[in-house]
Amino acid sequence: MSKKIIATTSLAGCFGCHMSILDIDERILDLVELVEFNKSPIDDIKVFTKQCDIGIIEGGCCNSENIEVLKYFRENCDILISLGECAIMGGLPAMRNGIPIEECLHEAYLDGPTVKLNTQKILPNDSELPMLLNEVYPCHEIVKIDYFLPGCAPRADLIWDALVALITGNEMDLPYEVVKFD
Amino acid sequence: MSDTCKFKIDGKEIIAKKGQTILEAAKENGVFIPTLCNFTGVKPKGSCRICSVKINDRFMTSCTTPVAAGMEVESNTEEISDLRKSIIELLFVSGNHFCPSCEKSGNCELQALGYRYQMMVPRFPYSFDKKNVVATGPKLLKDQDRCIKCQRCMKTIKDDEGKRYYAFKNRGRDLEVVMDEEMSKTITDELAKEAMENCPVGSIIYKGVGFSEPIGTRKYDKQPIGSLIETN
Repeated sequence: MSKKIIATTSLAGCFGCHMSILDIDERILDLVELVEFNKSPIDDIKVFTKQCDIGIIEGGCCNSENIEVLKYFRENCDILISLGECAIMGGLPAMRNGIPIEECLHEAYLDGPTVKLNTQKILPNDSELPMLLNEVYPCHEIVKIDYFLPGCAPRADLIWDALVALITGNEMDLPYEVVKFD
Repeated sequence: MSDTCKFKIDGKEIIAKKGQTILEAAKENGVFIPTLCNFTGVKPKGSCRICSVKINDRFMTSCTTPVAAGMEVESNTEEISDLRKSIIELLFVSGNHFCPSCEKSGNCELQALGYRYQMMVPRFPYSFDKKNVVATGPKLLKDQDRCIKCQRCMKTIKDDEGKRYYAFKNRGRDLEVVMDEEMSKTITDELAKEAMENCPVGSIIYKGVGFSEPIGTRKYDKQPIGSLIETN
C-alpha cells in the first residue's frame, strides 16, 4: 500500500489542534509509516508539490488569506477534514461576530486597556495585510468539507482513530470520551 | 380495577401507573427519552419537542402524553433520533454556544445531548445573532447567547411569596428570558446556585466561581446523559 499524503494548515486557529496531533505521542512513529506529509507547518513545506489525499484544516476563516488557503487546500486535497471547534463553528474568534469590524479594530489598536504604544493612533491598513472579513466563518460555509472532528482541542485519540480509519478504510469506532466540544 | 397498565416502547414492555406520562413511565422502566424544557416538579408543556415519540404514526411529546394500555410507542428509531438531533442542531446554530469558553461545559444538558446524538457539525448555518450578557446583579449573570428559552428558571426560581425571579421580555424573535433587576439584588446564595443548576445550558451563571471542576470529572465527561436512567 502506498503511503497516503497529508497536508495540514492553521487558519484562524491557535495551533492547539496541531499540538493535539503531536499529542498522539509515540504513535507518530506509526503515523510516518502510514503517511507522508506535504504542505504543512509541521514540515514547513509552503506550497503543494503534489495532489494530497487528506487535508486537515484547523481554524475558521477570519480574513481573505484564510479563504484563499482554504480554497487552495480544497483544490489540492481529495478529502478535507475540519479539525476542532474553530474550523467547525468559528470557535473563539467567532465571538467577534455581531460586533462591527471598526469597533473590534478600535478596541484592539486604540481604546483597549492594554494599548500603550500606539501613540500615532494607527489602524493596520497595509495592502500587504489580508483583509478582515465581516464575520468569522466556519470552513464548511466556504468550501465543501468531508469530515468533522470536534473538540477544543480535539482529543489526540480522536485524531488518531479518525486518521487510521480513513487511511485503512475501516469503520471508525467513536468511544464516548473522545468526542467533546471543549 | 388495577391502577397500572402495560404498553410498549420500541417493543419493550413498560409497566406504568395510570395517569403517568409516557416520559415518567419510560424513566421508571429504564428507558431514556431526552428532555430539555421538562423539569421534575414542573407541569410539562412539551415546548422543546426533543422528547417527541411516535404513536400511531403521529409525533407526540412524551412529557405531555398520558400512557394508555396497549399503546405502541416508537422512540429510539433512526427517524426519531435524527429529528431529535436536528432540534439539538437548531438550538446550537440559533444561539451562540461557544463550548470551549463556557463555564457550564461538561455539565451542560444541551452539550451532553449533542454528544449522545453524535453531533459532529450542525446541518444548518450558524446565525451568530449578537445578544447581550446581563451581569448587573451581584450573584448571577444571564448570557442571552446561550439561553434556549426552556422556562425552567422562570418556573422553579421563586421567592418565599412565590414571586418569580425570571420572566419573558419582548416577543417573537426578540423574545428573551430576563431576570428581575431589583429582585436579583437580594437573591440568596442557595437560590442563585439552584438557578444555575436548573439551567440546562450555561445561560445562568453563578458569579465568582468558574471552571472549578477539572475536565474528566464533570457530569457528562465519562457517562452519556441518560445512562443513569438506563442502568436503573
